[in-house]
Amino acid sequence: MATLIKKIKGGEFVIKATDAADIAIPEERTEEQKMMADMGRDFLNTEVIPILDRIDKQEEGLMQSLLDKAGELGLLGISIPEKYNGFGKDFNTSLLITEVVGAGYSFAVALAAHTGIGTLPILYFGNDAQKDKYLPKLATGELKASYCLTEPGSGSDALAAKTKATLSTDGTHYIITGQKMWITNAGFADVFIVFAQVDGDKFTGFIVEKGDGLTLGNEEHKMGIKGSSTRQVFLNDCKVPVENVLGQIGKGHLIAFNILNIGRIKLAAAALGGCKRTSMLSIQYAKERIQFKQPIANFGAIQHKLAEQAIQIFTCESAMYRAGADIQAAEEEYVAAGKSYEEALLAAAQDFAIECAILKVAGSEVLDYVVDEGVQILGGYGFSADYPMDRAYRDSRINRIFEGTNEINRMLTMDMFFKKAMKGELDIMGPAMAVQKELMAIPDFGADEDELFVAEKKALANMKKALLMGAGAAAQKFADKLATEQEVLMNLADIAILIYMSESVLLRAEKLISQRGEAACSLFVDIAKVYLNDAMDKVNVAGKNAINSFATGDEQKVMLMGLKRFTKIAPLNTRDARRRIAAKLIEAGTYPF
Amino acid sequence: MKILVCISHVPDTTSKISFTDNNTKFNNAGVQYIIGPYDEYALSKAIDLREAGGGSVTVINVGEADTEPTIRKALAIGADDAIRVNAFPKDANFVAEQIAAVAKSNTYDLILMGRESIDFNGGMVHGMVAELLGLPSISPIMKLEINGTTATMSKEIEGGKEVVECNFPFVAGCQEPIAEWKIPNMRGIMSAKSKPLAVLEPVASEEVVKLLNFETPKPKGACKMIDPATPEQLFDLLRNEAKII
Ligand SMILES: Cc1cc2nc3c(=O)[nH]c(=O)nc-3n(C[C@H](O)[C@H](O)[C@H](O)COP(=O)(O)OP(=O)(O)OC[C@H]3O[C@@H](n4cnc5c(N)ncnc54)[C@H](O)[C@@H]3O)c2cc1C
Repeated sequence: MATLIKKIKGGEFVIKATDAADIAIPEERTEEQKMMADMGRDFLNTEVIPILDRIDKQEEGLMQSLLDKAGELGLLGISIPEKYNGFGKDFNTSLLITEVVGAGYSFAVALAAHTGIGTLPILYFGNDAQKDKYLPKLATGELKASYCLTEPGSGSDALAAKTKATLSTDGTHYIITGQKMWITNAGFADVFIVFAQVDGDKFTGFIVEKGDGLTLGNEEHKMGIKGSSTRQVFLNDCKVPVENVLGQIGKGHLIAFNILNIGRIKLAAAALGGCKRTSMLSIQYAKERIQFKQPIANFGAIQHKLAEQAIQIFTCESAMYRAGADIQAAEEEYVAAGKSYEEALLAAAQDFAIECAILKVAGSEVLDYVVDEGVQILGGYGFSADYPMDRAYRDSRINRIFEGTNEINRMLTMDMFFKKAMKGELDIMGPAMAVQKELMAIPDFGADEDELFVAEKKALANMKKALLMGAGAAAQKFADKLATEQEVLMNLADIAILIYMSESVLLRAEKLISQRGEAACSLFVDIAKVYLNDAMDKVNVAGKNAINSFATGDEQKVMLMGLKRFTKIAPLNTRDARRRIAAKLIEAGTYPF
Repeated sequence: MKILVCISHVPDTTSKISFTDNNTKFNNAGVQYIIGPYDEYALSKAIDLREAGGGSVTVINVGEADTEPTIRKALAIGADDAIRVNAFPKDANFVAEQIAAVAKSNTYDLILMGRESIDFNGGMVHGMVAELLGLPSISPIMKLEINGTTATMSKEIEGGKEVVECNFPFVAGCQEPIAEWKIPNMRGIMSAKSKPLAVLEPVASEEVVKLLNFETPKPKGACKMIDPATPEQLFDLLRNEAKII
């Protein structure tokens, strides 16, 4: 068997270039993966999409019955090992299924909460007895799960939870008292993963079953995902046997944060499913709607929107499956080194926590862009609750809020980046010094840039230099106060996200060309080039905002000049490129890539 | 009960149809292939019958190696094993002869397939297979119930419904709502790889049909609007331009 080589470490994309051959692309799916994706799609199209209105009205028992049906097909057990009634599929397969089902509006949220934050804490942190007891039934849907971290007074600051757990005098139970807020699936869940403070400050996870001492608030009235059950959960002297302590006392934060890494990349996967469906609906409408005696799809302004939706989707998808495969490779390496399957995936996701946070932000913001333009393409009908864009638009918005708000994830991205650098896991000193030197040197005017992607690769390397320059200077300037310089961190995180996205789409196009030849890949080249072109300007704006907020005098001048140099890119006729992309979308009548 | 289900490997219903090689070959670039939808109903019914009364379901496809993903999909849906006759399905007669050859050497109680494929929509294979085997053929059936070795079937006819009774063995062409369409589940998908898929070489078959070329329907012309105030213009156009009155 070939030895598994971890091609790149988490966060390393900022300082290293990756070979196209070393990334995974969605086009490389196996026949089995395709069949599973078809299964998910067929299920949505026959069981979910036809009854979206009924789902959103929260018809009694309907969501449970859909989850039961999904369980019969096996959709709830994809990542659960076979010995617990699951299918033990690899990480990228679980991302694929999450993507496909992600097109299912509220149903997708219910399913993701059950299989993700509801089930994974037991899979990754449960002991054998807990796994034996719960996992087989969670895999089939016989038991339904929810996750109770947030409280009225603690959202982003999750560790400030007030719910407390006290050991009973006979030592057999914990008595939990407190209030949990915004709990997805609460209305019908049988199992609640609850976080509470033991002895006042030992944050700990518990498996709580429905029963005495656990009551529910009413359904929240929400802007979107109206079909998803969201309620408060009240714990009132709720007796939980000591066997149901999840992981170690005082180590609940490990559960909460580690599950989030996986949850974040999966959120991007689900968002992509929603994006593709919205793109399809946008294209179909644009082809049918006649104004000024022609389909609105003929108009350049509409073509721009259709193309940009596809560009954003294709790019985010490239990054998501690339990171997924990197996580999987790291996981396999940990397994080879003797870790259990559960420990390995957690450690791998932790290694790539930066990428997971980036994808959470990118996935949710791409979806918001796509649904927003979807509404616009439908015009007044986009605003009508009788047309499908209304639901897509409202349901998208939550994604920027849960699984860590996008602000928190942006700050985490940079925080983790600096921490890795401090710990020596990420050598940014060398590359940062090289950038400093380059700032002082005469600019290089570039050699042969006609060859495919040579100019783009250089532009990408320059983007990374812009980030290193800004991050290095900010770190020096603010030292240990950097964490409170949120605006600068947001700017830097934006650049990091743009880099990861740009690199991923470029590498995917390059890899596709190596497999299919350039002629067959002209649209992929268009997509990658347009994305990179626009990303460059965004890096420029974010970079300026960062630099101007802390640099002055000569330092400011040198850095702004450096930024200008690092965000230079050859002119591109993006109008023509977008028209070519739009032509393909219109011909296909759906998102075709 | 041994059931043979014949499945065709056809372009997805949303495929763009075009031709290459001087309009003599179907252009399959970018086309997704599926199990013929009517065949899939036949397969679903076969699986229901097996589930209710035991026995086995074998699927057969006449096709080259590229049809195997489609065959494995049928295995994932629930067929027990599969046979691929390794040849391009030139025409209905060729396909029927291949199926009949296989059916002759294995006795099946029922041979089910779709009422027609959705590529050429010939709807001839069931009749031809039955003829070659000397069996009765019924199509298109929408209901099928088994009692011992007798089947009761119903089909829609002009202005009514016909109910037919027939003893095993026979051949039937199926259509919805004969059975509920089945989505393969994870277990089915994962076991599909390990179910037997036999590849047989085709038997000799006389070429009775020759394919000369394909033609796509003429694109619809632009629509002409006529002012209601000038109906004579309509007559003029119909008489002199369209030349239909
Ligand atoms: C529909 C829905 C379903 C949910 N499902 C679940 C669930 O199943 N289980 C669960 O446990 N929770 C769930 N949540 C809760 C969700 O995770 C939280 O709402 C989220 O973490 C944000 O917390 P908050 O609402 O208290 O906002 P806050 O934390 O009060 O944030 C308000 C704003 O302040 C910003 N902010 C907060 N802290 C900082 C900071 N340090 N620096 C800069 N900006 C900051 C935020 O980014 C945000 O913009 C759900 C929420 C909703 C709406």
